[in-house]
Amino acid sequence: MKQPKEIFVRTDHCTGCHSCELACAIAHSTGQTLYSAIAEKPVPKPRVYVEWVNPDRAVPIVCRHCEDAPCMHACISGAISRSAEGVVMTERDRCIGCWTCVMVCPYGVIGRHLEEHKAYRCDRCPDREIPACVDACPTKALIYQSATDFSQKIRRTAGREFVAGQGR
Amino acid sequence: MAMTQNKEAMDKSLDPAVRQMIKRAESQDISTVWDRYAAMTPQCGFGDSGLCCRHCLQGPCRIDPFGEGPKEGICGATADVMVARGLDRAIAAGTAAHSGHAKHLAHTMKKMAEGKTEAYSIKSPDKLKAVASRLNIATENKTEQQLALEVANAALADFHEKDSPVLWATTVVNPERARVLTKLGLVPKGIDHEVSEIMHRTLYGVDADPVNLLLGGLRCGVADLAGCYMGTDLADILFGVPQPTVSSANMGTLKAGAVNIALHGHNPVLSEVLVTAAEASQQAAKAAGAEGINLVGICCTGNEIMMRHGIPSCTHSVSQEMAIVTGALDAMVVDYQCIMPSVVGAAECAGTRIITTMDIAKISGAAHVDFSEEQAMAKAAKIIDMAIDQFKRRRHKPVDIPAFTTPVVAGFSVEAIVAALTKVNAEQPLQPVVDNIKAGNIRGVCLFAGCNNVKVPQDRNFVQMAKRLLKENVLVLATGCGAGALMRHGFMDPAMVPEFCGDGLKAVLNAIGEANHLGGPLPPVLHMGSCVDNSRAVALTVALAQYMGVDTRQLPVVASAAEAVSEKAVSIGAYAVAAGLPTHVGVMLPVLGSKMVTEVLTSTVKDLTGGYFVVDLDPDSAAEKLLAAIDERRRGLGLT
Repeated sequence: MKQPKEIFVRTDHCTGCHSCELACAIAHSTGQTLYSAIAEKPVPKPRVYVEWVNPDRAVPIVCRHCEDAPCMHACISGAISRSAEGVVMTERDRCIGCWTCVMVCPYGVIGRHLEEHKAYRCDRCPDREIPACVDACPTKALIYQSATDFSQKIRRTAGREFVAGQGR
Repeated sequence: MAMTQNKEAMDKSLDPAVRQMIKRAESQDISTVWDRYAAMTPQCGFGDSGLCCRHCLQGPCRIDPFGEGPKEGICGATADVMVARGLDRAIAAGTAAHSGHAKHLAHTMKKMAEGKTEAYSIKSPDKLKAVASRLNIATENKTEQQLALEVANAALADFHEKDSPVLWATTVVNPERARVLTKLGLVPKGIDHEVSEIMHRTLYGVDADPVNLLLGGLRCGVADLAGCYMGTDLADILFGVPQPTVSSANMGTLKAGAVNIALHGHNPVLSEVLVTAAEASQQAAKAAGAEGINLVGICCTGNEIMMRHGIPSCTHSVSQEMAIVTGALDAMVVDYQCIMPSVVGAAECAGTRIITTMDIAKISGAAHVDFSEEQAMAKAAKIIDMAIDQFKRRRHKPVDIPAFTTPVVAGFSVEAIVAALTKVNAEQPLQPVVDNIKAGNIRGVCLFAGCNNVKVPQDRNFVQMAKRLLKENVLVLATGCGAGALMRHGFMDPAMVPEFCGDGLKAVLNAIGEANHLGGPLPPVLHMGSCVDNSRAVALTVALAQYMGVDTRQLPVVASAAEAVSEKAVSIGAYAVAAGLPTHVGVMLPVLGSKMVTEVLTSTVKDLTGGYFVVDLDPDSAAEKLLAAIDERRRGLGLT
C-alpha cells in the first residue's frame, strides 16, 4: 500500500520568514493570489504558525492530523472527520463554534475565525499536489513525504554519521 | 513531451529566437534567468507587498497583510510608512543611476573641453547652442570648447544643492507645469541632494508621514527627469543628434564567421569609442581569419549605437544570456546597469569573454579593462583585441544562431521628428500633429518604456498592448527595452504599417513619409532611444503642450512600463506621474501592502499633478484603461 504523505518540519532549517503563513492564507483565499487576497473579506487565514522559541529558534507548527485525533473525539457537533487520505477535516457548515477542538488540540493549530464564527484548520491543500506552505518554504524546512521516507532519510543520515564516527 | 517543452518556451518568451536559445541552454545545461526564477518561486509575500523593512538593525520587520501577526514594525512604522519608505528608496536608486550616467557624460564633456581627451569632440554644435540657450548661458563670442565647458559645469552644478533649483528640471518643462511643481514643492534643489535626502528621510526614525514621504519621492522623480534629460542632451552634443536610420534586430544579426562583439549596458561614452575602434581593427580581424568585426547592441547601449550608427540590436533585457548561448558571441563588453551577473556563468559554458569596463561595475569571473576617457582609444583597441583573440579560439566550434531578424527604422529624436514634420508644414511643424489629434486620426500618444520582466512571457505585454493601441490610432513611441521588444516583433518596420495601424494613423504615417520622400510610411512605432531618452518623449509632450497652449496634464498622452524590472523604471514612472501622465505598470509594484499608498498612487495624486499610476497585469485590460484615459483627456480638450 502506498504510504500517505505528511507535512514534516525540519526545525533546524527554519529562518522564521513566515512565508509559509502567507502562502497558506493565499491558498485559502478566493482569488488565489497575494494581490487579491490582501483585500478579501472575510480575511483569508493561515493554518500554519511559525512560533518563536527562546532564544533564537523559529518553529513552524502545523496540524499533525493525529491518528487518534483529540479534536475529532471532542467535537460535539460531528463536524470533524477523517478523509480516505487520512486528513482530519472540519466541515464548515456543521461547526457550531464551541471551540472544544481548540481546547483539546495539543498543538494549538485550530484557529477561530471571528468573522465567520467557525473553526478552521489545515486541510493539507486538497487541490494541490504539494501543500502551499511546503511549496513556499525557501529553505525546505517544511517537507511533504511519507513517514516511511522521512524516517528512512533520518536513518541513512544517522548511518553515515555512525560509519564516519568509526573512522573508516 | 516536445509539445510541453514548446509550450514552456512560449510561456517564457514570445520571441522565436529566444525560444530556440532557451532549448539550447537546456540541452547544454546552462542556467538561465527562467531557471533561477523557477527556483525562486513562490517569492516572499512580505517583500512582494512592500511589507518588509530592513532600514535599521532592530529589524528585519514585516507586517502581516492578513492582520494576524504584527501590525506595525518594532519602531512603530505602519504598513503605510513602510511601503512609502520602500518606494522612495527605489525612486532614489533609479535617480542615482540615470543621473550617474549623466554625470559621467558631463565629466567626459568637461575633459573634452579642457583638452584632456582626444577621443571625444562636439558632434552637434547646434544642440550645444540650443542647450546653452535654454540654460540661459550666453553663446555669443565663445568658442565651442568654451561653451561646452560652461554647459558641462552647469550640468555638474545641478547635482548639489545651490541657490538655483535644478536647471535641467525647471528649464525642460512648460511654464504651467513648472508652476504646478513649484506649488506642490516638487522642484528639486540638486539631483544628488534629492537622492541623499530620500536616504535621510527614510532612515530609522525620520519621516513617518506616508503622504509626505510620497511627495518627497515624487520630487526625487523630478530630479530623475533632470538626470535623464541631461544624459540625452550631453550625449547628443558629444555624439550627434539621432536621425532616422535603417537597421535590424534580433539574434540573426550575429555572424558565424565574424568577430561578434555585443555592446551591453547604457552609456555611449564607452560604446561610441568602441564603434570607432572596431572600424580601425577590421584588418586585424581579417588577419585572424574572420570576415570582419560585427558589432551588435544589447539593452540601452544597443539603442544608443543603433540610433547614431545603425548598428543592429541583438536582444534585450531578460534574454541577454541568450545572445551568449548562441556560442557565436566572442565578447560582451559592458559598462553599467541591467547587466545580469549570470552572464559570466553562461559565458564560461559558451566561450564568450565578458569584459567589464567601469570601476563601479566589476563582476567576479569577468575580465576587466579600466576604461578612462583620457585613454579611451587605447583601451577600446585593447578590448577589440581581446575579442579577436577570443574569436581565434572559438572559430572552429559549432554555433547556433537563430535565423531571425526584423527590419528596423530607428532614431526618432525630437529634432528628427520636427524636421520630418517641417516637410509637411514648414512654418508650424507641430500643426499637422495637432490637426490630426483634433481630427481623431491620432487618438492619442502612448510611450512604451522599461524592461522585460521574467514574470511576464517576454514581450507579451508590449506586443499585445501596442497592437491594440495602434489599431485604435494611438501614436506609439518607444524607448529602452520596450523599444527593443517592439523592434524584435516588427513594430519598427514601415512595411508593417498596413497590418498594425488603424486607418487614421496609417494616413498620418504615410503622409509624413511621403512629404519626406521615404517611399513609404514612417514605422508603426517610433524609436526614441535608450531609457535616459524617455526625456525625448517628455520633450515632445512639453513642446506639444506649449504649442497647443495647454498643460501636459491635459494632453491625451499616456505611458506604459509594461514589463518593468529596474528601480530606474520606478523613478521614470514617478516623473511621468509628476509630468501629469497616466502611467501604466504591467507588473506589481511592492506597494499593495498599504491600501493608502496604493490609493494615493493610483488616484489621489491625480488631483495634484494630473498624472497617476495604473497598475494592471493584464495587457488587454491595461490597453483599455489607457484608451479610456486618452479619451477622458480628449473630452477635456473638447474633442470627440
